Amino acid sequence: MKLDLAIETLHASENHLVTVLTSMSDKHKADHDVFYITRDMAAWSREHVAGLARVGRDFGLDLDPEASEDPGLLATMKQRTSDLIGRRPEPGLLLLADLRHLYREAAGVSLDWEVLAQGAQSNKKQELLELSQRYHPEALRQARWANAHLKVASPQVMAS
Amino acid sequence: MQRIDRIAEPWGTRTPYGPGESWPTRVDTHLADGLTEEDVDRWVQSASILHSNGDALDIAVKDERIVGVRGRGVDRVNHGRLGPKDLFGWQANNSPERLTKPLIRRKGKLVETDWETAMSAVAGRCTELLEEQGPSAISFYTTGQLFLEEYYTLGLIAHGGIGTNHVDGNTRLCTATAAAALKETFACDGQPGSYTDIDHADVIALYGHNMAETQTVLWTRILDRLAGPNPPEVICVDPRMTPVARAATVHLAPRPGTNVMLMNALIHEIIANGWIDREYIQAHTVGFDELEKMTEEYTPEVAAEVCDVPAEQIREAARILGQAERLLSTVLQGFYQSHQASAAAVSVNNINVIRGMLGKPGCGILQMNGQPTAQNTREAGADGDLPAFRNWSNDSHIQDLARIWNVDPMEIPHYAPPTHVMQMMRYIEEGTIRFMYVTATNPAVSLPELARIREVLARDRLFLVVQDIFLTETAQLADVVLPAATWGEKTGTFTNVDRTVHLSEKAVEPPGEARPDLDILLDFAHRLGLEDKDGAPLVKWSDPEGAFEGWKECSRGRPCDYSGMSYDKLRGGSGIQWPCNDEHPDGTERIYVDGQFWAQPDYCESYGKDMITGAPVEETEYKALNPTGRAVLKAAEYIRPHDMPSQEFPFQLITGRTLYHFHTRTKTARAPQLDAAAPEVWVEMSASDATDRGLTEGDVLEVTTPRGRVRARLRISGVRPGVLFLPFHYGYWDTEKGSQPKKKEAGRAANELTSTDWDPVSKQPIFKTAAAQVERVASGKGKPAPAPTTTGSAPVTGAVPPTVGGDSARAQELVGGQA
Repeated sequence: MKLDLAIETLHASENHLVTVLTSMSDKHKADHDVFYITRDMAAWSREHVAGLARVGRDFGLDLDPEASEDPGLLATMKQRTSDLIGRRPEPGLLLLADLRHLYREAAGVSLDWEVLAQGAQSNKKQELLELSQRYHPEALRQARWANAHLKVASPQVMAS
Repeated sequence: MQRIDRIAEPWGTRTPYGPGESWPTRVDTHLADGLTEEDVDRWVQSASILHSNGDALDIAVKDERIVGVRGRGVDRVNHGRLGPKDLFGWQANNSPERLTKPLIRRKGKLVETDWETAMSAVAGRCTELLEEQGPSAISFYTTGQLFLEEYYTLGLIAHGGIGTNHVDGNTRLCTATAAAALKETFACDGQPGSYTDIDHADVIALYGHNMAETQTVLWTRILDRLAGPNPPEVICVDPRMTPVARAATVHLAPRPGTNVMLMNALIHEIIANGWIDREYIQAHTVGFDELEKMTEEYTPEVAAEVCDVPAEQIREAARILGQAERLLSTVLQGFYQSHQASAAAVSVNNINVIRGMLGKPGCGILQMNGQPTAQNTREAGADGDLPAFRNWSNDSHIQDLARIWNVDPMEIPHYAPPTHVMQMMRYIEEGTIRFMYVTATNPAVSLPELARIREVLARDRLFLVVQDIFLTETAQLADVVLPAATWGEKTGTFTNVDRTVHLSEKAVEPPGEARPDLDILLDFAHRLGLEDKDGAPLVKWSDPEGAFEGWKECSRGRPCDYSGMSYDKLRGGSGIQWPCNDEHPDGTERIYVDGQFWAQPDYCESYGKDMITGAPVEETEYKALNPTGRAVLKAAEYIRPHDMPSQEFPFQLITGRTLYHFHTRTKTARAPQLDAAAPEVWVEMSASDATDRGLTEGDVLEVTTPRGRVRARLRISGVRPGVLFLPFHYGYWDTEKGSQPKKKEAGRAANELTSTDWDPVSKQPIFKTAAAQVERVASGKGKPAPAPTTTGSAPVTGAVPPTVGGDSARAQELVGGQA
């Protein structure tokens, strides 16, 4: 049974997703919806990290329930830079690149949840299955948002 | 006949009536000083333009000037009544400050010019940018105060001619969430309610809706029910002690930003107690299981903690909602301009849907509009949506529209949702939008975070055109200003929130060289040389009635079907509710009867969005979710507001309206009675907060957020503790500086303080959750705040003299009959 491995992998990838989302938020402070929505979505991943740490104990894992994040100072610096350079046209291309990156990361996390859910079913682990049923849809929503926002943002970047 | 001071008594005299009875007629009239009805040369049919209720009225004309108004007793909306803004606001038409000549910027200053010069500058710059960059450089920002014909023409020019996706209206600030909430639940805009539901309802729930001030005549209807036999119970959700709250059976005053938490708890209680219509849910909805699951954790106790509302009050409200037999729900800015706006508004729909209370007398939902013609901005496509509720992500809808407009489908941008105004500001900031054509709105006062907005609008790289009737703060930043005609000076139609269409006829000539907006737009289209695919002019009409006929064809077969109407049919009698077609020649009072919706995948306007991220639902997903077009019950989790109070900024600031003013006061401050009732900005605070800080009524305070400062006198009112309220009407056009605060001084526009953040679904800016602090800068010396005492700003301390209008504010009331 490799469920512990699957939980550990997912814990790491959700943890990373928190960093991807908050760092993207800080970088795009001048793009207000990106700034706020990525933060709101990071809260989901933080909850997933905590949930995985909780369930991990049943599988002999000692995972940190708190997501590791950028230190506050670094975040502030990124936001300041964003405010300064955010009023020129180049950030449009940067945003597209970041959305592409986020999409891939969130899609990876979603696949990790898929693996975990399948493993939980084949090993008849009810609690683990419920956890993935609860959190997996949010990973999909994160990827979907990245895709949708890329669709909204790209025409103007490409046309101007 | 009696004469009532309608400043002191905004709702006039009671005419009580009981459930199921017809609302008695009361014809209200106000004429210029000394004139009587015998002096009037002619009466010209119209409806009110200074709020969204759609009150029908006749304009009095003497010696080719507007001299007053009289309510239309035959009309279904108001049965003759008028509100204070209708009775007195018409005087602004005659203001000597009206724009009468085009202006153009020369050496940094706006100077008078002729129409030829102004229009060739506008069309010339637009053409240049189209050649250089293409349609992505061009944007339009319109209003909720033009006429249907003008919106439809504007949408055609922008979408079908220029091919830009950057089209929005200031309806983004007022009714975007109404439309979004209806699209989420019913997959289509269109109000499932009628004003007559007030005549039948046994429970009326007003969510963030201070109807007493925003739609005074509709509130009058409720007051008359409350004064009659078997009155309805009223539920009010509002952090302020508004007139609605004072009349309510239960008043819930949640912390700003927690509406979704409260709504989830109400739904939790209603489901837990089985106050639901299982048969209706089974037959006509999808998504109930998710809703039940999502709201499971939201007990009244959990909500009590977050919202700071007693759990018992939540239970009591849920009981009244749950046991109602005829439930009317209405929603406005307290939900629309707050955190999680769409999710909260959708929850209101959910309550009516799970109770099966739709499409029957007394059972309805009014997701209210804030502006008189906002419904048309949405219908006709001037808010960026495609006309007649067509779905931009449904290719067959695009082909159908292309057929009507006789253009190639590729010409109509439909690759992404329309660009909302806050995103347009972002594109201007980035330098990719370089032309903005503003009609009849004042973003330099009404958008959030004004220091930023002023900087964006003043950019050299932007060519700003402003078409308006006064030299607003925004017009002062323009490159070209085009003087427009207004209500009473041009003909057109407009539609209120209960789908009633009114004709508003030209009564007098516009002042000077001012021209109707439609004529200016037609001139613009002509100069751009816009053509259809056969080389004929794209816009095929030259007058309002022609535009209306064009719109009728465009709307045929769609939910907002106007094909059975005509100007002649709208003349003389009452307004008519759409859909109006061959099948329903006299219009349709109730939609969604027997659970029949417009939500079928191939017909609906929208497939919906993710309630938290705003990502659109794809066509295939929607088809799987809702193949037969039922109502969609959408659940959303509560998330914390983005701007939480802190030690440094301990208050939550909300902004809002007062009864006597409209928007940025461009018209209402030019009507003496209205101006005198609320002459200057004020700030409201609760008695306990004031006591804690040793503040008294009338003290001069400075309210600060990280974005700016506003100076205002303190009114100690019934607002909930921890919250500050600022009216948003006050700008700078009547101050020394003209368009902005003096350097280094505090301003008076509430939006100096608000933050740039919007609802992810409706893209409506959040005006009601900003962390703020206050500081006293001077004592009031016994002088009270300049706030009305008749409204939500009523004082709770001290002896503040009541707001009165005096003799010039007396209007006639004729109960029961024709004037």
